[in-house]
Amino acid sequence: MSDRKLVKNGQVCSLPIRAEDDLLTARHAVRAAALQAGFGLVGQTKLITAASELVRNCYVHGGGGDLVIEHLSPPPRAGLRLTISDDGPGITDPAKALVDGFSTGPGLGHGLGGAKRLVHEFHLETEPGKGTTVVITRWAG
Amino acid sequence: MNSSEIPILRLGKVLLAGLSNELDDKTALRFADELSHQVSAIGAEAVVLDITKLEIIDSFAARILVEIATMARLLGARVVLAGMRYPVAITLVELGLDLPGVETALSVEHAMDKLAPPGGSRVG
Repeated sequence: MSDRKLVKNGQVCSLPIRAEDDLLTARHAVRAAALQAGFGLVGQTKLITAASELVRNCYVHGGGGDLVIEHLSPPPRAGLRLTISDDGPGITDPAKALVDGFSTGPGLGHGLGGAKRLVHEFHLETEPGKGTTVVITRWAG
Repeated sequence: MNSSEIPILRLGKVLLAGLSNELDDKTALRFADELSHQVSAIGAEAVVLDITKLEIIDSFAARILVEIATMARLLGARVVLAGMRYPVAITLVELGLDLPGVETALSVEHAMDKLAPPGGSRVG
């Protein structure tokens, strides 16, 4: 990470994910941040969709948690990093959870793997009983 | 906003509903219930869902749309999804979702043309 010389321009925003309405609030916040970072229509849509999948996972499977939105600005590119974390039961088999069609919840089982394909960087950290943290990054343009 | 109902218009044997820019989980589920109720109540032959304004379709929303199409088909009606935005289409492909069993059209007008019997007058 340090080799990229990421410069945070000081804009960090944290949102609680505790209720169903927070899913919409989170989407709105990501859209606003993507617009501010100069994302195009497709990039914006992909990032919001990925965020929507992960925030829903956090709420449904993790019992709620937090979304942190960070603006990254290593010139000349701008980007956004989203960290979605919960203290839920964790994922027993992360490799399996990333495979399309795998689902223990109400979706189609494309959430985690799909979210990974919609961003440029994807990092999943989870351990049974210790919660789940997903960090995704997408660059504008 | 998230508690707003989605109005369903009736045009002959066709039901037309326009989704707004956001589709939250609760509204989507309520809408699916209400729509299948109306399809069955009027014996609808087709349902056109105008998604021109819809900015995001994630896997949950996709699941609901596929369920709506399946329920309608079981009740004897076709479902046409009209006006999908191109960033939404690109995103769905990357998510690996191709909405099986759901017909699509470029716009509501194209959807109505699709539903019109060949050589006959337009539906509705």
